[in-house]
This record gives sequence, C-alpha cells and structure tokens, in this order.
Amino acid sequence: MIEIHGVQKHFGRLHVLNNINLSCSRGDCIALIGPNGCGKTTLIKSVLNMVIPDEGIILFNNKDIKGDHHYRSEIGYMPQIGRYPENMTVGQVLETIRQLRGTATAVDEDLYYQYRIQNILEKRMGTLSGGTRQKVSAIIAFMYHPAVLILDEPTAGLDPLASEILKEKIITEKRKNKLILITSHLLSELDEIVSEVIFMQEGLVKFHEKVETLKVNTGEGTIAKAISKILREQAG
Amino acid sequence: MNRIIKFVLIDIMRNKIIIAYAVLLALLSWSVFNMEDSSNKGLLTLLNVILLVVPLVSVLFSTIYIYNSSEFIELMLSQPVKRTQIWVSLFAGLSLSFIVAYLLAAGIPLLLFARFTQAILLLVTGCILSVIFVAIAFLSAILSRDKAKGIGIAILIWLYFALLFDGLVLFLLFQFSDYPIEKPMVLLSATSPVDLARILNLLQIDASAMMGYTGAIFKDYFGTGPGMIVSFTVLCMWAVLPFYFSLRIFRKKDL
Repeated sequence: MIEIHGVQKHFGRLHVLNNINLSCSRGDCIALIGPNGCGKTTLIKSVLNMVIPDEGIILFNNKDIKGDHHYRSEIGYMPQIGRYPENMTVGQVLETIRQLRGTATAVDEDLYYQYRIQNILEKRMGTLSGGTRQKVSAIIAFMYHPAVLILDEPTAGLDPLASEILKEKIITEKRKNKLILITSHLLSELDEIVSEVIFMQEGLVKFHEKVETLKVNTGEGTIAKAISKILREQAG
Repeated sequence: MNRIIKFVLIDIMRNKIIIAYAVLLALLSWSVFNMEDSSNKGLLTLLNVILLVVPLVSVLFSTIYIYNSSEFIELMLSQPVKRTQIWVSLFAGLSLSFIVAYLLAAGIPLLLFARFTQAILLLVTGCILSVIFVAIAFLSAILSRDKAKGIGIAILIWLYFALLFDGLVLFLLFQFSDYPIEKPMVLLSATSPVDLARILNLLQIDASAMMGYTGAIFKDYFGTGPGMIVSFTVLCMWAVLPFYFSLRIFRKKDL
C-alpha cells in the first residue's frame, strides 16, 4: 500500500533520512520505533508530503505521491503535537475539516462520544490542554474511515483512561484490514497492538521484522525486551 | 478552492483589524474632502495619505497573518488539499479583504467629491497597491521561518518604497542635474510601485504642470494610452511576481 524507495532527506548538514526503503501493506500494524531524532517523524511527514524528500520516490497504492493530494483522503494522521488555529473553537475545527472532506460520507463518531467532545465544542483551541488537543487530533484522524492510519506518538499526553480508549479503537480498526503505522516510545503499550516493527537509528532503517520473528530470534517474550536485547548485542 | 477562501475570509472578519482599517481610512477620506476647499487639493492630500497607509497596513497585517496561519496551513496539509490551493486561497482571501475594505472606505467619498476619472484611477491604483503589498508580504513571510525577521523584512520593504526611494530619486536628480536624465527617470520610477501609482494619479490632477520639463516628459509618457497600459502592466507584475516566487518556494517547503 505504501512503498518507499531510496528516500533521502537532509536538513542543512544533518542527514535525517538515509536511503530509506520500506514496504507496508494493508492489514499490517507497524510500530515505528527508534531513539529521539532518528527521523521517524520526518519519515511520516514525507509520506504525507509535508516534508519533501531530496531524492527517492514514495508510492501510495502504486501511484507516486509527488504532486498528488487526493491520496491523503485515505490517510488519517494524528500528529505528535497537534497544532491548530488558536482562535478557532473545537467545533469550528471539526466543521472546517468536515466541509473540506465533503459532507456526503458518514463519519466515525466513536471517539467523539467516548471523549465527550460535545461538551467542549465552544472552547477555543488555544485554551485546550495538551491532552485534550491530542483527543481532538485522534478524533480527526479516525473520523473519515481512512484506509491508512498514521499515528505519531498517539498516547503521549493522554490520561490512562483516554489512552485505553484509543488503544481499543486502534485494535478495532486493525480488524478492519487497515494499514496502521504507530510511532511510540512506550514499547510495552505496543505489545497487544502491533504485528511488525521497524527500527530506525540515525536516519537508517536498522530492521523491519514481524513481531513473531523478532521474538523467536531473540528468545524474548515482549517487544521491549527483544529490542533491548538487539541493542545490547549491537553495542557489545 | 472556494471553501478555503471562505475559511480565510471568515477568519479575517473575526479578526476585526481589517474593519478598524476600513473605518480609519473612511474617516480620513471624508475629513480630507470636507476640510479642503477644492476637490483637487483634497484629492492630492488623500493620494499622499493612501500611498502611505495602504501599503503599510496591507504588508504588515498580511505578514503577521501568514505567520499566524502556520497552524491552519499544517491542518489543511494533512487533509486532501493541494498545496498550491492553500497558498493561493490565503492570498486571494487577504487581497479580497483589503480590496473590499479600501473600496468601501475610500470609494464612496472619492466618487462623491472627486471627478469621476480621477476617482476611478485612484481606486484602481489603490486596489492594485493593496494586492502588491499583500504579495510582498507573502514573499517576506516565506523567506524566513523567524517571525520577527519576516516582519522586519516587510517593514524594511515598505520603508524603502514609501520613503527611501523618493530620497534616492531626489539624490540622483541633484547629482545628475546637468544631464538630460528625464527619460531614465521615467524608467527609474517603474522600479517602485508606490511612485508609479503616484505619478499616474498626479498626472490626472493636473499638478504635473508644476513639475516643469520633467512633468511634461512624464505626461508625454504616462498620460498617453500606451503609457497607461505599460504602467498598469508593470504594476500588475509587481503583484504577480512576488507572489509567484513565494508560491514556488512554498510548494517545496518542509512543514
């Protein structure tokens, strides 16, 4: 569904993405992990065409995303730090996106009601707490039944209850044969959700493995332990 | 396309600065015509005020507005919206608000008090000037990620066109007063949209008679049909080119 071929990106002298080659298909639930500043968010933003790679091509459903924008109607994106126009109310933001996406399609309002957003529609985005902003981001990402979900640190900043609701939602969506891409530092959270792991370091993809293979190869029971074992082996 | 322009327009209206600008401009225009005894004098005063205020407000407000729209731009970009469309809609929304504000504020007194051709000319040049400085704002906002620097560039550009350029022209005039420099002066005036607008309007107010030989040359050049067409084309280029360059940069920008 998403194929990335030889993508390179420099920010000044910094080599953020170094010859990235990846292929993700429908039904996969992929964890994108790696230390801070390893290029995860840049990679995600390249897929969304928010960051434009220096070299390489990215295919979405076998079509080059360069100069295209229609493909984004199939992506639900939840940014790491949701930035919204400060003087718009929650209701206005949701309405704006609804008008952009067209009012014909039915929307997914599960999260909307579970997070009780109907009570804060009048609040301005600028007055919201970080966690509430994340909730709004999550609702927007899931609202239009996208075939691909890209979640950048989805649970960071959410309270335990909200984060549990989100996890449940991700699992429901996973059953609908969607492609889900998650970045997270909380490896323990990913265990129940993901089926594959992509590990990045200093702009390079170190490995892209199925969770099962990873666990068998390292002989560990959880993703967190498997990853730390691999890292220790590399260091030693 | 229309939907994003609509969002931008609603947002600008909610901001109320444009409304304050329109009220201020209206007050100025009405009082100028009521204070001066002849409409020509009033027009001259209004021309100077407009040439100073219109560029300043459009360039400053637009630059700040673009920086404050970065969140909106980001939100739009994660949706199925074309990049070009976002940028063009922002430009169209800002230009449209400034044109409407200007026409409403200065249009009514101008049409009431001034001769029809003079009024129309000042209205058209004022609208083009608004668009030009909105376009310059887009260029200066995209050239720097730093808000303070971007606004600084915008103010410097306005300062140059509104004040420094005249000084430069005067300096050149005195330095080369022994040479026939009237024709180069015509060319030089095309390099500042504000001066071009000023000359175009002055020639209609018959103040050119006071400008001596240079005025005659200007009248010869700018007063004629082809000269007018060339000057308006140059003015339009001043709006099109900065925006076109900003669009080219925006299409490749990382957000």
